[in-house]
Amino acid sequence: MAAETNAASPAVRPELWKALTLQSWGRAMPGPCLAARPERLRDLQAALAAPEGRALLPRGAGRSYGDACLNPGGAVVLTERLNRLLAFDPASGLLLAEPGVTFAELLRVFLPRGYLAPASPGTAFVTLGGAVAHDVHGKNQHLAGSIGEHIAWFDLLLADGSTRRVSPESDPALFQATIGGLGLTGILSAICLRLAPVPSNALLVRRQRMPDLDAFLAGFEAQAAAAYAVGWIDALAKGAALGRGVLEVAEPSPEGLPDRPPKPRRLPFDLPGLALNRLSISAFNELYWRRAPLIPQEERVAYERFLYPLDAILDWNRLYGRGGFHQFQCVLPFREGEPALRRLLETVAAGGNASFLAVLKAMGREGIGMLSFARPGYSLALDIPARPGSAALFAALERITVEAGGRIYLAKDSWLSPQGFAAMYPQAPDFQAVRARVDPDGAFSSGLSRRLGLG
Amino acid sequence: MADETWLILGASSALARAFAQEAAAHGADLLLAGRDMPDLEALAADLQLRHGVAATPLSWDAADLAAQPGFAAACAERVPGVLNLFLAAGAMPEQAAAEAEPSLAGAMWAVNVTGPAALLGAFAPILAARKAGRVVALGSVAGDRGRRRNHLYGASKAALATFLQGYAARLAASGVEVLCVKAGPADTAMTWALPKLPFMAQPAAMARAIWRRAGKGGGEAYVPLIWWPVMTLIRLLPRRIFNRLDF
Repeated sequence: MAAETNAASPAVRPELWKALTLQSWGRAMPGPCLAARPERLRDLQAALAAPEGRALLPRGAGRSYGDACLNPGGAVVLTERLNRLLAFDPASGLLLAEPGVTFAELLRVFLPRGYLAPASPGTAFVTLGGAVAHDVHGKNQHLAGSIGEHIAWFDLLLADGSTRRVSPESDPALFQATIGGLGLTGILSAICLRLAPVPSNALLVRRQRMPDLDAFLAGFEAQAAAAYAVGWIDALAKGAALGRGVLEVAEPSPEGLPDRPPKPRRLPFDLPGLALNRLSISAFNELYWRRAPLIPQEERVAYERFLYPLDAILDWNRLYGRGGFHQFQCVLPFREGEPALRRLLETVAAGGNASFLAVLKAMGREGIGMLSFARPGYSLALDIPARPGSAALFAALERITVEAGGRIYLAKDSWLSPQGFAAMYPQAPDFQAVRARVDPDGAFSSGLSRRLGLG
Repeated sequence: MADETWLILGASSALARAFAQEAAAHGADLLLAGRDMPDLEALAADLQLRHGVAATPLSWDAADLAAQPGFAAACAERVPGVLNLFLAAGAMPEQAAAEAEPSLAGAMWAVNVTGPAALLGAFAPILAARKAGRVVALGSVAGDRGRRRNHLYGASKAALATFLQGYAARLAASGVEVLCVKAGPADTAMTWALPKLPFMAQPAAMARAIWRRAGKGGGEAYVPLIWWPVMTLIRLLPRRIFNRLDF
């Protein structure tokens, strides 16, 4: 659609804006702001003029966990209603779509035609725009890389009102700053993504119990050629059982499954804060571990169920009660990372910080964005309920990660310090240089960018 | 070529978009009429890609009275088969602003009433001659009783509803069904900046309900259905009480 357009300085249109208190998926930090929800490109462009000269942040589905999708005191542009599929070429797999299209829609429209998003986060409710802004990865990261590798180009609405079509060739710096750029370079108005052909709508999945961390890491190494590999860890296990869990690997299945529309269940209310405690989570984890076979068995599973297991329970974030929760995710380089991985698990287990979900995975490819999270190494993700002691715990986790040369995933983060960020993201100065070029007056900002000292 | 084609008038609105998705999902071809051509092109591409139907954007301005007969004729020529109309064009300026600036109220009246009346009038002989097709128009619960805060808009929707009653009678003999949808507030750009409204419904759910209801024939229908008892009560409220209500 949008070709290059000229800059214009539009007036504020008050009917586009209203006061809202937005939450992120972790629900631990409310973000009061003014929000616009344009339904067409023209109104998206008009929303660049925020009331009171407030700083702007584009937001997709709000599925990031911390303050990356919040702009307290600022203005937020919701892109969820800009969700049209604009063009698709079956020969190349290239799809042009508006930023509000979700992975759920991609799956629904394109899986029956034999195409799948080449990289996908753990929930299908994420929008394409949000996926680019965080350079998201999935259970196939070790081979397929993150989503940024599959973006051919995008249209970016800049602070000055102009729209620029950006590809790795046309403006490599702006391209790399925007992939994983947290919505801080401009607003994506169209994204050209290369979908991957798949033989059917299902995967052949093998699940296997792993008695401890060493077995787990050896398991990942042995499965390096598998298309998908992911580990669930019992984060409450200690001592000899530290790092025990279930390893899942999967390959595309030549034969599919009959179509069966999924029936999501909804968690209709917040569980009391105490419902997820050491005992209940420990019991759940024990059960989940015991259910996995000792000797791997193969099962045909729909992509949807394998890629997005938690999407079957809508609003699962309410499990953690009113107080919400935080997520910690880091990636640690393979060799130096092993002891650090152990220390992270010990620290979490020692604090008795019940973690319902702990996911381990081996990443294989460096993200192409300046602030991309992915790099070769072990990635560990933990849910941690928001409690008074959270700050100290996260500081300890950050220290361990920095010392091991790892980095923390900004899509999940609400605690990282500016110093820790600078150590983990060495290309941050390049990122800031691009922002100074395309957004000299600092029109774009977020809760996270201000916390990390990016302005 | 599909069995039927829906002409969506005011196709950029969220409700119209949702209804177009519903019609396309049921295999209908679409003509998408409105002023924002880049937006209609995006919608047309989306409908074609998702549902494999033909979707064509058409430039149309509800307020341009003189253009209506020509537009109706052009649509009829384009679609030799069954042609159905979904009228979603509508404007809702703030009451206070429209009072202060009468031309705003006039423009609203053109988009909500006189333009659609001219267009539907031009379509009447076409539909009657074909003895096929249906007309679905988006009215509003605001037209059932004039509220202090929104009676300029409400009056225009009441006028539309009254027009549709007679229009339905005119086409009854030819078997063309006319449905006036008494829509409650929908969660769209039109209501985004307004204070929280009761029984706010999502466009997709409303479109599904309208599609189902339209399949059952003409008349008037409250969508969502909760507005039927609510508006019945509001209409029955004694004037002394109603006039004291600040809404």
